Amino acid sequence: MARFVYADNAATTPVSREVIEEMLPCLEECYGNPSSLHQKGREAKEILDSARERIAKVLGCDASEIYFTSGGTESDNWAIRGAAIKMKAKGRTHIVTSKIEHHAVLHTCDALEREGFTVTRIGVDADGVVDLEELSRAVNEKTALVAIMYANNEVGTIEPIREICDIAHSKGALVFTDAVQAVGNVKIDLSTLPVDMLSLSGHKLHAPKGIGALFVRKGVSINNLIEGGGQEKRRRGGTENVAFAVGLAAALEMAEKRLCELPRVEKMRDRLIDELTKIPYSKLNGHRTNRLPGNANIGFEFIEGESMLLWLDISGICASTGSACSSASLDPSHVLLAMGVPHERAHGSLRLSISHDTTDEDIDYIIETLPPIVEKLRNMSPLWEEVVKGNNKNA
Amino acid sequence: MKYSEKVMDHFTNPRNVGEIENADGVGVVGNAKCGDIMKMYLKIDENDVITDCKFKTFGCGAAIATSSMATELVKGHTVKEALALTNSAVVEALEGLPPVKVHCSVLAEEAIKTAVADYYNKIGREIDFEIEKAHDEE
Repeated sequence: MARFVYADNAATTPVSREVIEEMLPCLEECYGNPSSLHQKGREAKEILDSARERIAKVLGCDASEIYFTSGGTESDNWAIRGAAIKMKAKGRTHIVTSKIEHHAVLHTCDALEREGFTVTRIGVDADGVVDLEELSRAVNEKTALVAIMYANNEVGTIEPIREICDIAHSKGALVFTDAVQAVGNVKIDLSTLPVDMLSLSGHKLHAPKGIGALFVRKGVSINNLIEGGGQEKRRRGGTENVAFAVGLAAALEMAEKRLCELPRVEKMRDRLIDELTKIPYSKLNGHRTNRLPGNANIGFEFIEGESMLLWLDISGICASTGSACSSASLDPSHVLLAMGVPHERAHGSLRLSISHDTTDEDIDYIIETLPPIVEKLRNMSPLWEEVVKGNNKNA
Repeated sequence: MKYSEKVMDHFTNPRNVGEIENADGVGVVGNAKCGDIMKMYLKIDENDVITDCKFKTFGCGAAIATSSMATELVKGHTVKEALALTNSAVVEALEGLPPVKVHCSVLAEEAIKTAVADYYNKIGREIDFEIEKAHDEE
């Protein structure tokens, strides 16, 4: 194998050495249960509180507004269900979301719909930007919650969250944003961004899997999702994962410190986009500029994504696809379909998500490795055969 | 999800990729919407023996591997033997497929049968077999 390039950071990231080093003492020495009265418990409680403070400081909010969870999925479930059930008592039984949300959001909304809520799913334009006019028309006095992601996990498009807040708040609805992909990649300041709730996940920013947080703004009341022993101010049961909470704090601080280095990542991303879209019949998915710094998502016509991934994997490159072929359904990515990308091109989409760890040499390697793979697969594609013979009406 | 070594072998070194000019039977199955299309070409001699078989496939690793294996399994055999090829025989020859990929083998069986049906049509022989569809019709 010539080289190994991990370009699937939107799926998960390696835990950084600094994070591990901060976590280790919490596993080995400070193992106490933060609820215990004795010295070991008090010690753990102090560490946990300090982790919460550190996270709040990075995000520009108060520590009392941060709740630790098991990750992005739990935070998404809790925010949406907790707000919906709470607002139902005020006669608000309508939820607004978008068509391009993560499944943790979409399926929670689906479940609430089955339980009697009405759900409106807002469409997006060809770049994956939520249609604000459609949103304005959808939100009304019955709307409990508007749940729209900060940035899309597949195509990287960053959503107009401020405008979304204005629209929702004008009708008295709460706003929740799934910021799992955005935190660490975009500057988020909750002292000026008026969202009511925001979710984040550790393993997308070099902390371990199994830790996340939900920000719930002071004064916003939501129902509990997980009942238990009174942890997290009786809002989320379960003995706190102290070591991982420290890991999340350390990772978040580091991501914050490295925000100024993101232009370098963006430059590498742009090189990927510019070079790979030189391949004939390829097209960038998502907004050209208003996108996550590490996300390049490109659709290649006449070939299928999984075959591309297999060849990339053989060549030492880890990436991801919106093709249906790794799922049980025959439908490709709901995000690409919502953007109006035809099924055919959605099947041939490739997501490369890079990070601070990516080097220029990694980018060179991807740029030289991918075109022959695309060519090889096209040469055995009956659709490409039609293009070569000039019979394909779509080409 | 993990593919067997045999699947990876046929995916990375697919046998009989290509087209046959003036083929005696051609079968195209699947659709781009579902993410897989197989096109099978058969060259058949006067004794009903498949002397050559080539394919082109748009699809995932399993779709390419099943196409490749299917061509190997029918090449040199009679049309009748080719019609007896089942998708499970293709799966077995590939040392298994992940459950979500079994439909690819159904597509391969369908492609061979569709190519034979085309041959029957061309020579005016009655089509006396049924073709199981991997995907529902649009």
